[in-house]
Amino acid sequence: MAAEVIKEKSMILQKEMIAKLFDDLSSAKDTGKKVVYTFVPGNLSELIHAFDMLPVYPEINALQSGMRKQSGSYIRDAEKFGFSEDVCTYVKCDIGMMLNGNIGPTGKKLPDPDLLLLSYTGCFTFMKWFENLEQLYPGVPVAMIHTPYQEGGKITPEMTEYMVKQLREDVIPKMEKVSGKKYDETKLKHILEDAAKTEDLIVKIFDTTKNSPSPIDAYFAGVYYIGPINIGFRGTPESVEYYTELYREILERVRLGLGPVTPEGEVTERYRLVVEGPPNWTSFREFWKLFYDHGAVIVASSYTKVGGLYDDGFRHDSTRPLESLSEYCMNCYTNLNLPQRISHLKKCVTDYRADGLLVNSIKSCNSFSAGQLLMMRAIEEDMEIPVGFIESDLVDPRYFSYSNIKNRLDSYFQMLEQRKIITKEIKQNIPAQTGI
Amino acid sequence: MKIEQIINKCKELSFDLDFSYAKNWKQEKPNRILVGFMPVYFPRELVHAANGLAIGILGSGDRKQIIKGDAFYQSYICHIPRGIIELALDGNLDGIDGFIFPSICDVIRNLSGMFKVLKKGAFIKYLDYPQNFSDKTGGTFYINELKHVLSEITKINGAEVTDEMLWNSICLYNKNRELIEEIYDIKQQYPWRLSMEDLYHVLRAGMVMPVEEHNRILEEVLDSINANIGEPMDKIRVVVTGAFCEQPPIGLIKTIEMAGCYIIDDDFLSGSRWIQGNITTDDSNDPLEAISRAYLTRSRFSASVYSIGDKKGKSLVSLARRRRADGIIFAAPSFCDPALFDAPMLQKECDGSDLRYISFQYSENTGQYKVIKEQVGAFSDSIKLWEEPVINN
Repeated sequence: MAAEVIKEKSMILQKEMIAKLFDDLSSAKDTGKKVVYTFVPGNLSELIHAFDMLPVYPEINALQSGMRKQSGSYIRDAEKFGFSEDVCTYVKCDIGMMLNGNIGPTGKKLPDPDLLLLSYTGCFTFMKWFENLEQLYPGVPVAMIHTPYQEGGKITPEMTEYMVKQLREDVIPKMEKVSGKKYDETKLKHILEDAAKTEDLIVKIFDTTKNSPSPIDAYFAGVYYIGPINIGFRGTPESVEYYTELYREILERVRLGLGPVTPEGEVTERYRLVVEGPPNWTSFREFWKLFYDHGAVIVASSYTKVGGLYDDGFRHDSTRPLESLSEYCMNCYTNLNLPQRISHLKKCVTDYRADGLLVNSIKSCNSFSAGQLLMMRAIEEDMEIPVGFIESDLVDPRYFSYSNIKNRLDSYFQMLEQRKIITKEIKQNIPAQTGI
Repeated sequence: MKIEQIINKCKELSFDLDFSYAKNWKQEKPNRILVGFMPVYFPRELVHAANGLAIGILGSGDRKQIIKGDAFYQSYICHIPRGIIELALDGNLDGIDGFIFPSICDVIRNLSGMFKVLKKGAFIKYLDYPQNFSDKTGGTFYINELKHVLSEITKINGAEVTDEMLWNSICLYNKNRELIEEIYDIKQQYPWRLSMEDLYHVLRAGMVMPVEEHNRILEEVLDSINANIGEPMDKIRVVVTGAFCEQPPIGLIKTIEMAGCYIIDDDFLSGSRWIQGNITTDDSNDPLEAISRAYLTRSRFSASVYSIGDKKGKSLVSLARRRRADGIIFAAPSFCDPALFDAPMLQKECDGSDLRYISFQYSENTGQYKVIKEQVGAFSDSIKLWEEPVINN
């Protein structure tokens, strides 16, 4: 019999927060709350809250459908509707879900959008996604904000100015019109203060993996930890409370010297890895098990930075509200150029004392995947660490090949094991050689 | 030169993957530079004004075996970047001073980063075209981008670019676009006078030679097709769309025409035809501002440009009506998110407009055309046999 799962207080808090959001969404048409569909990377949650609107994230709907094993049929329905097999499955899953009544993860219908807020950050496909949604929800206004790419490896004043102008001239007026409320900068500033507190906490949480054993898995558990910060709670008191509690619980694990919790209990850390790329959602548990069965713990991942990169010191700044919202958008992981991404991953390997880097290359996500093979090679050559490569998809079950992934991971873990043995031998030989 | 000789020269130049013609041009005089640009559109006027030649790097097509490129890209990524990487690693792009990567999609965007990591060229610029089309917002941002490009070029050759020089270049490219449109207009009326295969070579050659020379070639082609040559055949008239970035192999273009279609418009080399109409002082007295306004207000519809309100679908139908097309062929590269995500929206508009269409996917090195030939042939036959001409004016 499976052991009874003991839920930590933070898990209960998160569950309550998300349940309330979906309750609010299901009653939005009755309560008069306006609903904004938007994306996780470069999300303008604070602005949405400032107008008392409710966010819906189509990517989150898609990944939830993937975890609930519904994405396969949604994707096939979207393909019957005319979408190619080749294109992003998040989009097809979302559109398939819509074609099937838009039933959300709680089993209740999600409300139609009152506004499509297209924060086009780090992913060109977002633009195509909302062009399609605009046709499927005729008459719903679209507020579009083009986020310049960090092609030169930095955010220039011209880039920020461009974004602030878009916020002032297009996004905010549309939000005012849809919500029927005037833009209240004082209110936004208060929300941004809480956002910054949340960001401080999430950085501290992911920094706890510097401990050995790491108290958490920064990828498989990390995707749960980033839930609230990414799906609209970033600037809320509930979020500060949640992350404060989560941090407290993790510090307690550090104090007790405990490793990460998995669905099958605590894992004994054998390998410390950095992972590049999103996870597979359709077989999430099986995927995770392939790692913890070998004692592999993910100490850092790029995917958890996709909704915001705070490691380098960026915080929402209430003294420069629109500027900092803009800089936040431009600073999300997939909006960094390839040399920046390489340098970020190298820093993760060093700072979190990882044994290797693993790339999970996602068929659907060109934003992540195009260039990963070169990134991997550059890191391998420069750091002389073992790198591994597996392929899967976000929510298309047809592209999750368990045996292929298992074979590759097994070989990779053998390589890591061999490396450990060699490193140990070298270390043992050093005193003897010194003696000579 | 006879028209056959001109077309043969264009055939040779347009698929010279060493870009020898452009490299020889560079060697002829000091301080000349070459700037390579990826699809789709790049305002070549900037490079021309700065004593340079902008050359289109459109992939390796079916003319080069890809070995290294496949080690850089997963199987589910389109073909064009692996061809470009192969060219870069094999030294075909040596001698090109800088590279421009227009914002089309995530793959081309990340390719710019790969060029940075591989340290190719003196500068690598991802040119982030504004998706906000307000003059003061998107326009200001775009002008900054253009200034950045100019400064990168002039850092290399020390050229001083005046407004007069920019206007001179703008006029030459205006002429280039005018001539191309005239050719398309004649081809619309008398499609048998110039095959799409020949026109494609003529246009593609224009991406590797000075605009002055290309304009002379276009004038000669125009003279040639103004004469009553060739005999009409029993073919339907189609617009091909979706092929705006990764180019279809010549064999595919020939297949469509051999299977019973005249291609009377397309988006194959749409960068050459991007700006609709001329860029003039009516746009602005400042040349960069004029280039920017033309982009913001008169770009042709494309999967790489943000558009809502079904403008793209309406533009496609309007193009088909203007060209008196019998149908549309949606030909998109495999794994091309922009084109493939556009297709259902555009097809819905075609359905609403009673405009027939078919669709298929290809890659730049597709070598088997039998299935496509049968599909296109059936499409052509079905329209010829069973349909009254749908669009009469």
